[in-house]
Amino acid sequence: MSRRFLTGALSAATAAGLVLSLTACGGTTKNDNSGSGPAQSTAAANPNAATKQGVKMAFLPKQLNNPYSDIEVGGGKAALDELKGAYKLVGPNDASASSQVSYINTLIQQQQDVIGIAANDPNAVCPSLNQARSAGIKVVTFDSDSAKDCRDLFINQASTQGIGEQLAKQAKDLSGGSGEIAVLSATPNATNQNAWIQVLQQQLAKPEYANLKLDKIAYGNDDDQKSFQEAQGLLQSFPKLKVIVSPTTVGIAAAARYVSSSSYKGKVAVTGLGTPNQMRAFVKDGTVKQFALWNPADIGYLAAYAGVALSSGQITGAPGQKFKAGKLGEYTVGANGEIVLGPPTVFDASNIDKFNF
Amino acid sequence: MSDAVVPRGRPAWLSRLASWDAAVILVTIVVLLVASGVVDNFGTGRNYTFLLLDLLPIALIALPMTFIIVTGEIDLSVASTLGLTSAVMGSLWNAGLTIESIIPISIVLGAILGAVNGFFVTMLKLPSLAVTIGTMALYRGLAFVVLGDGAVADFPRAYTSWVTGTLGGGPIPNVLVPLAVLAVVFGVVLHATPIGRAVFAAGASEQAARFAGVRTGRLKFWLYVVCGAMSGLAGVLWTLRYSSARADNGFGMELAVVAAVLLGGVSIFGGKGTLPGVLAGVVLLAGLQNALRLQDVSNEALNIVTGVLLIVSVLLPNIVSSARAALRRRRRRSPSPDPGALAGIEQ
Repeated sequence: MSRRFLTGALSAATAAGLVLSLTACGGTTKNDNSGSGPAQSTAAANPNAATKQGVKMAFLPKQLNNPYSDIEVGGGKAALDELKGAYKLVGPNDASASSQVSYINTLIQQQQDVIGIAANDPNAVCPSLNQARSAGIKVVTFDSDSAKDCRDLFINQASTQGIGEQLAKQAKDLSGGSGEIAVLSATPNATNQNAWIQVLQQQLAKPEYANLKLDKIAYGNDDDQKSFQEAQGLLQSFPKLKVIVSPTTVGIAAAARYVSSSSYKGKVAVTGLGTPNQMRAFVKDGTVKQFALWNPADIGYLAAYAGVALSSGQITGAPGQKFKAGKLGEYTVGANGEIVLGPPTVFDASNIDKFNF
Repeated sequence: MSDAVVPRGRPAWLSRLASWDAAVILVTIVVLLVASGVVDNFGTGRNYTFLLLDLLPIALIALPMTFIIVTGEIDLSVASTLGLTSAVMGSLWNAGLTIESIIPISIVLGAILGAVNGFFVTMLKLPSLAVTIGTMALYRGLAFVVLGDGAVADFPRAYTSWVTGTLGGGPIPNVLVPLAVLAVVFGVVLHATPIGRAVFAAGASEQAARFAGVRTGRLKFWLYVVCGAMSGLAGVLWTLRYSSARADNGFGMELAVVAAVLLGGVSIFGGKGTLPGVLAGVVLLAGLQNALRLQDVSNEALNIVTGVLLIVSVLLPNIVSSARAALRRRRRRSPSPDPGALAGIEQ
């Protein structure tokens, strides 16, 4: 009795829900999907327009209380202070895909002028970002982009080419121009790392790098212990190794820690991408001569200047447009509304104490 | 707030409604009105759209969760069921199935996942808290096996824009229609059918309910199936709303659902609760969150507010009922009751 009623109720409820959630159209599959977002704004830019004051820009990082994103948005705050704009910081405590959406909705309601966002998921934020744009809000992504058709500009911390070339140059400088090198990467399928290593290998194939030999690409899976062991393994397998290049902050720190506590200290160079705070001790004790990374504060700074330029009508996000970004100088909007911050900052004993991140 | 002194002779459901649930509904209405007046941009049509879209998945799952908690059980695997449904949706879409077949498959999948919970709880007589903590981890793990940490995003625009759209461009989201229909169905079943009475009976005393002829095991099994199906439906709507099928979708949402149900006046020990109260609880939590965020209140402060609300909602009915008991004892001793004695407690 009760069972029959329940099954009835269940199927009725499900059926009702289904009928209501199905719109009338035949079978749609992945293949017959053609969606294009709203067109880029076609409003003409006026490069000579006055820079607006009092622009309200809200930063929405992947999550709050993350040291890296704190520095990024700190740069944004500094820029907005220079521009006499109003800075605001909001964000979720967890970096999940959909958690940013309700914050975007709140910002729409508060009628911000610009939203600067590091997207946790390129697509989940799209509908609400486009709602924001149709409400007249400019959208600048930084650090991690959303889908192209839901923002006006993307501040890219570094071009793949730029990072790869930088890694090759470091390897060449530190090895004295010839010898054996090895790479200590994150995971074998890490998108960024693989792209950078590919550029590094293309560079090594050029004549000016002919005397450098890449022995091995090891993977420490961005795990401190595994990276430490891999660094150890590299030095044991390749006694002539001159440089370990690690394009991941976990790997470079683990490799430096191993080398600094071994007999290789001073003989084998460790370089790559790392943060000044984790590498400071190794630079001071001479294990590491130089390493590189983009400056996160500059990312936020540039995002704020780009946002205010958009809001002032100096740029619209079309390729080739130019705007001034305070102390960073002039920037040009590239293809797909991307703006590359520039070559990574090189850190060494002479400048490392100026940075705190 | 509400009149706490209930004259004897009123039907039980009415006196229950006259207490906690009515208070929650009243507080919710007051909060919405005050926020609309005080908080900038809260009382706009668009903000209500956002509010309703945000509370939709919680409300959908809170409906069957109310039944389950009233029977004295719990289901903590709902958010993981949502995530696994979302992940399966993504992989089926990648495999080239039509969205029209993926949606029913997803809801059936949810029902199957619910049936697994139901099987362990009712056939194997295991405690539901332990079982659903287990399946919470299991289903979330399976979701990552199915889809890894990638995302599938290219769902058909006709569907995604329907889920994020509103009726005729007004403030009412399209998805409120299925939610309203389901809320009415669940409300009628809980409060006006033998099933509902069986649910309350099972929660009040399983033994007594069995003696009265209620097949409590079978009843609970089907409640878990329905709860799974609703979590599956929530997963479908979630995926389409964010155009993003991911294994981590809805992470941590089970607690928001349970919080809303408890705030709505359902006793965690079973046997007590009303569906209107629960829906008010859902709206109250979502409304407070929305209003406080518009005021730039930090997440930490928001969590504190939610936590205090929950503790109060569990404490207050107990204080009221013990006060009532004290009052009854005093009444037996003195002929003149003192209704003012309670007013202070309830503020």
